[in-house]
Amino acid sequence: MSGYEFVALSLPPLLIGIFAAVACALPGNFLLLRRQALIGDAISHVVLPGIVLAFLVTGTISAWPMMLGAGAAALVTVVLIEVIRRLGRIEPGAAMGVVFTAMFAGGVLLLEQSDTSDVHLDVQHALYGNLESLIWLDATGWGSLLDPVALAGLPPELGRMALTLLFVALFTAVFWRPLKLTTFDEGFARTLGLPAGALGLALVIVAAIAAVAAFDAVGSIIVIAMFICPPAAARLMTNQLERQIGWSVGFAVLSAVLGYMLAGYGPLWLGFENAVSAAGMIATVSGLILGLAAVFGPCRARAGAPVAD
Amino acid sequence: MIWDALTLQLGYNATLVTIGAALLGIAAGVTGTFLFLGKRALVSDAISHATLPGVGLAFMVMVALGGDGRALPGLLAGSALSAGAGLVCVSWLSRRTRLAEDAAIGAVLSVFFGLGVVVLTVIQSMSAGRQAGLETFLLGATAGMLWNDAVVIATGGALVLLLALLLRRPMTLAAFDPEYAVGTGMNLRRVELAMMGLALAITVVGLKIVGLILIVALLIIPAVAARFWTNRVGGVVLIAGALGGASGYAGAALSATAPNLPTGPIIVLAAFALFLLSLLAAPGRGVLAAVLRHLRFQRRVHLRQGLLALAQGQPIYEPLTLRLMRRAGLVRADGVATEKGRARAAKALLDERRWALLRSDPRQETAAARYDGLTPLDTLLTPDQIVELDRNLGPRTAP
Repeated sequence: MSGYEFVALSLPPLLIGIFAAVACALPGNFLLLRRQALIGDAISHVVLPGIVLAFLVTGTISAWPMMLGAGAAALVTVVLIEVIRRLGRIEPGAAMGVVFTAMFAGGVLLLEQSDTSDVHLDVQHALYGNLESLIWLDATGWGSLLDPVALAGLPPELGRMALTLLFVALFTAVFWRPLKLTTFDEGFARTLGLPAGALGLALVIVAAIAAVAAFDAVGSIIVIAMFICPPAAARLMTNQLERQIGWSVGFAVLSAVLGYMLAGYGPLWLGFENAVSAAGMIATVSGLILGLAAVFGPCRARAGAPVAD
Repeated sequence: MIWDALTLQLGYNATLVTIGAALLGIAAGVTGTFLFLGKRALVSDAISHATLPGVGLAFMVMVALGGDGRALPGLLAGSALSAGAGLVCVSWLSRRTRLAEDAAIGAVLSVFFGLGVVVLTVIQSMSAGRQAGLETFLLGATAGMLWNDAVVIATGGALVLLLALLLRRPMTLAAFDPEYAVGTGMNLRRVELAMMGLALAITVVGLKIVGLILIVALLIIPAVAARFWTNRVGGVVLIAGALGGASGYAGAALSATAPNLPTGPIIVLAAFALFLLSLLAAPGRGVLAAVLRHLRFQRRVHLRQGLLALAQGQPIYEPLTLRLMRRAGLVRADGVATEKGRARAAKALLDERRWALLRSDPRQETAAARYDGLTPLDTLLTPDQIVELDRNLGPRTAP
């Protein structure tokens, strides 16, 4: 593989995959510790009605209205789950199941009803994304990285994903102490005067932003997998939040790189002609990492309990 | 058109799908109730997403063996195997590691689904695969349903329903009081395994009609909706079955009336509509009932306070109290008490004085605990107890 091919065909999707994975893994750590891991699952399901509605309103497939629509749908979901949970006095898991399935069904129905045959908008695309197609046609080799004209031709998803990652990382850094406090001891945080409820909602919103941006680039499988698998694997490696975040970022990057490479080149090594889905492979690799961590991780057992078997 | 659909007049295929969906809905509602009561509703989400790699692998195996890759029983068997593997992973992760069950569920559903997508893309690139059309299992597809498929679905649904009804006692016990269940010598793990196995069977049976992303809705929504109507397990099971069956039937029938109405989502939306109806209108736990209860309570408090104020000659400023008393004919428009108002006020004051006496007497502790400022004392005590109380009630003094 020449430098040209790598830079033009593999570098942008690889970078987008890495950015998306890390942007989802960061808030995923806190969601995992707060036992809200499945919020990511719910959000990624309701992104579909959001983008379909945005498409119906604007009539075009453009990134910003769709991201707005998806973000609004995510917010509506979080609120609806809370409303139904309180009004109906239902356990949160069931309330979540009711809301996101109904909204996803509504999204599919809207999609079928509206005339989207001439645009690239379908359920499969929403689920798997299309990481492989985000190529950089203007690149001629490694030198293009310094060429402003060629850089302008980078897929726009790359810039958006990088911005999102920056935002998520900033949020985590700025609100580090309050986030940590409210996650581990909400009562104590409240007595200190921290707005625990608002912070919880902000975390979910940041997660939604990461999910929506990542979804735009890579589809919802990666989103769900990256919200949960790297943080969960990291949780089994250490007892310290700082280190857990470090491990989770490492695992996210590793899944993205390894998954992308295996999907792109693995089948060729085995003698097949076509690559397999990169999104699916990245999710699979993150699962393998979690599996390894669950078997060998130093902190895999519950605190106080002896390591079973 | 809709009437035709609901009375099964829309032709062979539509009728087949409608009956199949109704059966599936009943079985899913009944099974889902036990998941919901055991607070395990979202495990079904992991199960359903974990079917995808099995579907793909079964297709590949059947093609490799030279058969028709799309034979439904084979695909369903494959999906059951991989869903079972997913279930084992969820249970292993949440039992053997420190991860909570929700993290295990999320991990399994995303990883298995990702693996499934990989398998699907492999099939797409296999020359033997032709156009496999396995994507229809994501959202279900009923257009080309055959008699054999319908028989598979109906038999599966009926079997699951039968098993769920047979196992209802142990599953209920395990859901409500696992410690007691263990104490009676029940093998809790086996019961939970059976519960999950039934959910798995529903998922597999429902793949063709509803698809793997939305089948979880049929397991969760009817049970949650049914819970609003009754507090008895038997009742919830029956109602959930009925709601599930109704949404399956109505959804499938509606989707046959026009093109571009996909069966699975319509069924789910029908179930959601029934859920909303239950949330709002159910007596007891419903929102409307709660609002009415609150309003009635508010009215009683205002009337009581207004009457006490009248009896003690205090002016009433609260507009709601005034309005309520005027409407009840207790005061005139200018705020002066009517005959009836004076009588009721005197009664309320007497009641309040009796309560005060009762509450000052330590021997009457149990009765005094019932004091809420609203309940008339003569609904709690016998007439001779009241007479006894009144003997100690001194002459009326201005408070």
